[in-house]
Amino acid sequence: MTDLPQTSPRPGSAILGLGAYEPSRVISNQQMCQWIDSSDEWIRQRTGIVERRWAEPEETLLAMTAAASRRALDQAGTTPDQIDGIIVATVTHLEQTPALAVRLAGELGCAPCPAWDISAACAGFCHALAQADALIRAGVLEHVLVVAGDRLSDLTDLTDRSTAFLFADGAGAAVVGPSDGPRIGPVVWGSDPSQGHTIGQTLDWRQAVERSQPAYLRMDGQPVFRWATTAMAEVTRRILADSGLTAEQLDFFVPHQANNRITDSMLRHLRLPQSVQVARSIQRLGNTSASSIPLAIDQLYRAGQVADGATCLMVGFGAGLVYAGQVVILPGRPAGDDRPLVLADPAPTTPVPDLTLNP
Amino acid sequence: MSTEEIRAELAEIVNEVAGVDPATVQLEKSFVDDLGVDSLSMVEIIYACEDKFAVSIPDDDSRGLRTIGDAVSYIERAQAQ
Repeated sequence: MTDLPQTSPRPGSAILGLGAYEPSRVISNQQMCQWIDSSDEWIRQRTGIVERRWAEPEETLLAMTAAASRRALDQAGTTPDQIDGIIVATVTHLEQTPALAVRLAGELGCAPCPAWDISAACAGFCHALAQADALIRAGVLEHVLVVAGDRLSDLTDLTDRSTAFLFADGAGAAVVGPSDGPRIGPVVWGSDPSQGHTIGQTLDWRQAVERSQPAYLRMDGQPVFRWATTAMAEVTRRILADSGLTAEQLDFFVPHQANNRITDSMLRHLRLPQSVQVARSIQRLGNTSASSIPLAIDQLYRAGQVADGATCLMVGFGAGLVYAGQVVILPGRPAGDDRPLVLADPAPTTPVPDLTLNP
Repeated sequence: MSTEEIRAELAEIVNEVAGVDPATVQLEKSFVDDLGVDSLSMVEIIYACEDKFAVSIPDDDSRGLRTIGDAVSYIERAQAQ
């Protein structure tokens, strides 16, 4: 047998920069109650959400992910032509093909590089980060842009009083590159197909077109809540154990921002020390699917709370059901970086076929 | 376990999950109407009961547990099996 040439492995990879984009349209709970029979108090009590952000028409997935990516590149001190791989995690790129990642490569002016999308719902960022880490350590790629973006509002049924107030839009990105040691811990990930029915679409695209009906996201909240509050606490324990850190060495716990009540319950099971700061960005941003974790970390940065070398345990979980998480060591960000989160270069609007038939 | 022991353990669970004063968690009290336990807390309470009392409470059965007494009786029957 002839051996084929292999790439040379590297000692580790690290997040070199992180950025996010919060869309401009703020929707309060009171505004939500125009569409659903609910109240500000009920929504706050059940979810912790005070307001969420929805994208305006010009805030396309491409525009939002590009804005988040530019901020991540800035912090990393990396130029687009140094990027040699792009992974986008999304479930709301409403064109089956081509991938959003390829469009993003063009938008950012990256050199021709491998660019692909993944579908791992709210766990997408942690899945993509695990792929980037493995590819860099294997010496296959050097600088990978890990991106998460969703416009859940495009698939939200405004009359569904069990989900409408949860879903929101946003984007986040991280530049991942080589480092002299591992700064991204072992991933713990998996799926539970037995619970596949609990989150999904009301109709697949073909059914939506054939029946001339909109397709929406739907969720059976109670089994998902039960799964998230029990199984995800155990997954979080495994992530921490596999990282080799103790809970006392952890600076931040950033669970997917699905519902504050899920976070509360996980904390009751985990009994983390008081010193661990817990992300609660859902209050202002709602559930933004894959982008919730980078958005939450970006919020911690902008509050001036992240020191160079801070340790952060992330865990994402969602439709599938799927989950993924790892501990990362975060890079520093120059103080006073309080640039407004606006679209730097509004991207040309990508024509999207009106498959959802939303009014 | 005696009825009172189960009630007392359940009261601790209801207190931890929903912040309800354990002294008010009495057999005749309704989870929702009297103690203000909402559906998400109910999911957590049922899971904690399964764990604490080593019983299985399927979703279909848990929906029928209206009062603390209903839950205590259910747990007693399940433990006897």
